[in-house]
Amino acid sequence: MVSKTLNAPNGYKVRISLKTALGEDAYEWNQSEMFFFQATMAFAMRRHFQMETYNVDNIILCVQTSRVSFWFVVTSPDNTTMLIPKADVEKAVRMSRHRINNAFLLSDRTLEFLGIYPTLAAPVNPDTPPWLIVFGVVIGAVCVGIIALLISSLLQKRRKEKGMTEDGQDEEDMQVKGVENGINLDGTYNRGFTDDDRFTKL
Amino acid sequence: MPEEGMEDSKGGEERPKWNNKAEYLLTCIGFAVGVGNVWRFPYLCQIYGGGAFLIPYLIALVFQGLPLLYLELAIGQRLRMGSIGVWNSISPYLGGVGVASMVVSFCVSLFYNTIVAWVLWYLFNSFQEPLPWSQCPLNHNNTGYVEECVESTPVNYFWYRKTLNITPNMETSGSLQWWMVVSLATAWSIVYICFIRGIETIGKAVYVTATFPYLVLTIFLVRALTLPGAYEGLIYLFTWEILKNPQVWLDAATQIFFSLSVAFGGLISFSSYNNQKNNCEKDAVLVGVINSATSIYASIPIFAILGFKAHTNYVSCLNGNILALTNDFDISDMNITVENYEQWFDSLNGTHPSRVSDLNLKTCDLQTFLDQSASGTGLAFIVFTEAVISMPGSQVWAVLFFIMLFSLGLSSMFGNLEGVLTPLHDLKLVPKWMPNELFTAIICLLLFLMALIFCLGSGNYWLEIFNSYVGSVPFLIIAFFEIIAVAYIYGIGRFSDDLEFMTGHRPNIFWKVCWLVISPLMLFVVLVAYVAVQAQTPPTYAAWNPDYVNFPDTEVLPYPDWVFAICVLLSSVPVISIPLVAIYRLICCMSGRHSKDSLHNDPNPYANEDYVVERARP
Repeated sequence: MVSKTLNAPNGYKVRISLKTALGEDAYEWNQSEMFFFQATMAFAMRRHFQMETYNVDNIILCVQTSRVSFWFVVTSPDNTTMLIPKADVEKAVRMSRHRINNAFLLSDRTLEFLGIYPTLAAPVNPDTPPWLIVFGVVIGAVCVGIIALLISSLLQKRRKEKGMTEDGQDEEDMQVKGVENGINLDGTYNRGFTDDDRFTKL
Repeated sequence: MPEEGMEDSKGGEERPKWNNKAEYLLTCIGFAVGVGNVWRFPYLCQIYGGGAFLIPYLIALVFQGLPLLYLELAIGQRLRMGSIGVWNSISPYLGGVGVASMVVSFCVSLFYNTIVAWVLWYLFNSFQEPLPWSQCPLNHNNTGYVEECVESTPVNYFWYRKTLNITPNMETSGSLQWWMVVSLATAWSIVYICFIRGIETIGKAVYVTATFPYLVLTIFLVRALTLPGAYEGLIYLFTWEILKNPQVWLDAATQIFFSLSVAFGGLISFSSYNNQKNNCEKDAVLVGVINSATSIYASIPIFAILGFKAHTNYVSCLNGNILALTNDFDISDMNITVENYEQWFDSLNGTHPSRVSDLNLKTCDLQTFLDQSASGTGLAFIVFTEAVISMPGSQVWAVLFFIMLFSLGLSSMFGNLEGVLTPLHDLKLVPKWMPNELFTAIICLLLFLMALIFCLGSGNYWLEIFNSYVGSVPFLIIAFFEIIAVAYIYGIGRFSDDLEFMTGHRPNIFWKVCWLVISPLMLFVVLVAYVAVQAQTPPTYAAWNPDYVNFPDTEVLPYPDWVFAICVLLSSVPVISIPLVAIYRLICCMSGRHSKDSLHNDPNPYANEDYVVERARP
């Protein structure tokens, strides 16, 4: 109840979801972890401003709940009554967000700074879309297949035509005499089922 | 001695033959088993309840599907010609039935291969990590996600925007989507390579395309049954309701009819390449039973996966609520779980009702998620792709699923295209100098160019029109005339003689009663009921319009007048040839000229078909 109505214009609320992030390996959130957070935030402020020496005392925490969530404000190292404006804190957090996340083994989603939205991951844009590669493989195989089949049909036809004109005479004689594979068969060949056209050509 | 083996260039090329019986059966089964078995039948089971739907479905199979199937396979095998030649032989007045079959097959080939092209597109895109439909893309300045995607879902966005690039309504045609053209070209190339040498190459291709879907369905069955929520999904298959809704009978009859792919002419063509002494009765029963068994078998993994998807959606809905409650009340992380959500909710609502209502928690009901049904492209490209994202190893499952859909579609395309090519061959419209390969290539190219209309921005709307108006009523009309022609004009006696010649025994009383009375009656009732239902539904379509007030719901728009005129044309032009040819023949007959059938112009004295077919003239 207090968290919603807390009047902290320069403070940020932090929300940590340990069990969601780590499951069984979740560590316990205790005072040492809070100290670690203060140290991490001081590091982030130092990193951003580079001139001023922030310390753990400059990070003030309050309203801790079992969620785990809490509010924090940052005081200036020179004057502890002066609070660092929200915008500067945001810049510092954004700059070191990755380091802060990793310090606690968390991610943008499980270590939330309410009000500081995570930058969206830039999409990986490969030079050639993967689907074009698959398409290229498939269409290449199909084209090769079509050409191969067409060529083999053509060769077959040519072979048949050559075979017909060369051994046309021999085939007739073999059929008439009932010769197959060079072996004389007994019995007479029934001419009723042959193609008459060939005979009439004689 | 095979009669046709010795014919040569003078009497026309010898008719191609199947290499073995297995190729013929697999081709017929592949033609009958199509994408509808996977994405239409389970949907009907879901909305009517599996147990309730199966009864009218099986009745329709036995009394309407099997007789029609047997009839088509028998006449094709006996008369050894494609659809046009066959119906010309049975009765020249009903030659229009064959022409209608060919025209309808032509139209169906156009849009069916576009569906295959969509499947190929999704297949090509499944080889990515992460899957492109699993997350929203960033907008131009990388500040957030694309708005259209955020408002609907990534899956919907990928289908409507990235795949179809759909226009908000039918009047806006949009432009040609090059990636769709590329996929369509691939689809037609693959169809062409299978058709290059006619049934010789088709027979080889069906060993894979007809059997692979069963392998994938089995893999999915095993995987799906181990997923959480599968059991809840399967309940749909076993729900029994009283058959008080007459609509269920209409849907069952139309489903079995369209599923078996009769009236396309493809089955007639396939069986015309058979040996005449082949037991087509057994073939017909086998194909029909396998087709229905496949539908039922496919429903099991589909329902299991739909149950898994509903369960996943339910859990994520609950998790959203849990997160809202946890964050607002600062409760310890993961204290509220899916199991104890109800108790927590009740206690929090009791103590702080105003705060809880301010959170605007969603009502999560598993039954609502389970009741979300989809059929057709919605099932494959939206619902199933969403389910696949949540399965571990998504790429593998996506690839398997889309290869299965591709095989199903390709083997059905064989029948569709065969229903176009064989009649053209039999009509001797192919010039002698043109090799078959070139003719097939020309037809494929022509179909590809005409199908480019479906690659426009408004292509999906046009495909729906083709599907509803060409792929429905014309078939019912053609099948009705087919059965009347054989049972009454050709004569059941003559037909029984032919069947005795082919199978060795006369058809029993069941077949005769079906052909004479039951099947024509059922077809007529189904036709009238279907047209009546269609006439009552206003001609509207669902448009995907991002600017719509209720987006992501689809906007229901009426068809523009010119589109509606096209719909009427699509339904009537294919079947108009039936009365036209009859009138033409009547005029010719009355004016005294003998209508010479070009098919009987070459009397080869050693071919016995001539004698047999002469008997068939009225």
